[in-house]
Amino acid sequence: MPAIESLLNALQETGEDRSVLEASDTAHLVVEGNTVLSAKTVPGLELVTQETATGIAATVLVREGVRIERPVHLCFGVVHPQGLQTIRMDLRLERNASAMLMAHCLFPRAEEVRHEMEATVEIGEGAELDYREIHFHGPFGGTTVIPRSSVTIGSNGRYRGDFTLTTGRVGMLDFNVSVHAAEDSITELTARVLGSSSDQITIRESVSLDGDNARSIIKTRIALTDEATAVVTNITEGNAAGARGHVDCMELVRDRAVASAVPVVNVTNPLAKVTHEAAIGTVDLRQMETLMAHGLTPDEAVDVIVKGILR
Amino acid sequence: MAKLLEVNNLTYLAGGRKIIDDLCLSINTGEVHALIGTNGTGKSTLACLIMGCGSCRATEGEILFAGHRINDLEIHERATQGITMAWQEPARFEGLSVREYLSLKPSEVTADTCLTMVGLEPRTYLDRQVDKALSGGERKRIELASILAISPQLALLDEPDSGIDMLSTSEIIKVIESLRASGAAVLLITHRDEIARIADRASLLCGGRIICTGPPETVADRYRERRCAVCNSWECDYAGD
Repeated sequence: MPAIESLLNALQETGEDRSVLEASDTAHLVVEGNTVLSAKTVPGLELVTQETATGIAATVLVREGVRIERPVHLCFGVVHPQGLQTIRMDLRLERNASAMLMAHCLFPRAEEVRHEMEATVEIGEGAELDYREIHFHGPFGGTTVIPRSSVTIGSNGRYRGDFTLTTGRVGMLDFNVSVHAAEDSITELTARVLGSSSDQITIRESVSLDGDNARSIIKTRIALTDEATAVVTNITEGNAAGARGHVDCMELVRDRAVASAVPVVNVTNPLAKVTHEAAIGTVDLRQMETLMAHGLTPDEAVDVIVKGILR
Repeated sequence: MAKLLEVNNLTYLAGGRKIIDDLCLSINTGEVHALIGTNGTGKSTLACLIMGCGSCRATEGEILFAGHRINDLEIHERATQGITMAWQEPARFEGLSVREYLSLKPSEVTADTCLTMVGLEPRTYLDRQVDKALSGGERKRIELASILAISPQLALLDEPDSGIDMLSTSEIIKVIESLRASGAAVLLITHRDEIARIADRASLLCGGRIICTGPPETVADRYRERRCAVCNSWECDYAGD
């Protein structure tokens, strides 16, 4: 089967319609290993790619004031059981630009695949970026994924980062995002991961509220079964007057799974305020009983609760 | 009318204390039966014992539903038989929409109809989540709507009126009347006279025992007197022998 066909099949596993890559008004980039299989841009969006020995280097630029109407789809994948893929991406939104990027990271047959992503994101004054990253790793647990991103948000800018890995096995995940937020900016970070078997999950999300009235929320949702492990570190720094940050971490554990949450809250300006809440435990008994009183079996009830928190 | 629920000589001990003490109660098919009593007399515990919640298992006695002993059944097995329960403080569910919550099992009653019956506008609520963003009153109404969606044979309603404004009492009554009209029985735990009054019968619980059963007005009068038949005190804390 051609590589692009394998990737498109995997894309559908994540719930996405493969026809989005055929639409004339939708930009996309499809990369298998270190080969660019398909690329398309739209007015106002510049997309430059260069193949490297192990992956690609890409530059994505949205020009000043341009609002990209349709989501830009980025498909990164390895369709073979073994492989290495390294993605270097510079993403820049100029002043008052806006775009939604949907990154689909697809490793459907991975037995020994390593995917590294190093992204630098620069969001200009008044610009808005909605970045959604959805992973599909297949059933074997042989994927090592190391996404790293460094985000800078200009004044009045907005960044929403959404990471989802809830289909297939995780394997080993080491996710790290750090954000520096200027005045009046808004940052929303969400990560949802479903771990099972011997999956190992490490998540580190950090937001530095450097400008006056910058606001942020970090929301992490993890569900673990079997012998999966997760370590979640959420860091928020309030460094300016009127800065407001909140951290909300929930981890559900069952079987022999082990989870930990490390909320780090630093405030260096007396007019800043940062709050956090973390809950780790098994499925809530009252929730279970309520669903069972509606006729669901214990397994069905757990399924509803877990799907809910990972949504 | 046939007996749907029979609770025979039920005793429940927790921490060495009798919470339910040799209690007997029966509810007929299609009957609304109010359970009245001061706080801490075991009303919610009795509902939990009938539903089979958590650690609530009868120490002695038996619970029969439609003639079958259900003491050893799990909650979902009792639900499958036709029993359901609305808790006084309903659980909240992140990521679960009201539409999904009202459709957990196939139902002949639409989610729209159920919401309308509890005074909530479907367009406003169907896509909201059953999470902490709902007010206490909204959550209670959605719980009642979910009971309607289930079409149970026996609904255990633990203070369905608490946390709901006085003006909405008529909607609570409408839900209970609707359950009765569908042939369901209701065990109605309440402190409000105007709600209890719609019951066919009422029982007064004191110290884990039912001390009188009869017309709701009579039992409510007895409750207002706060005179316990066992200890004859104004505030009874009778806890068995």
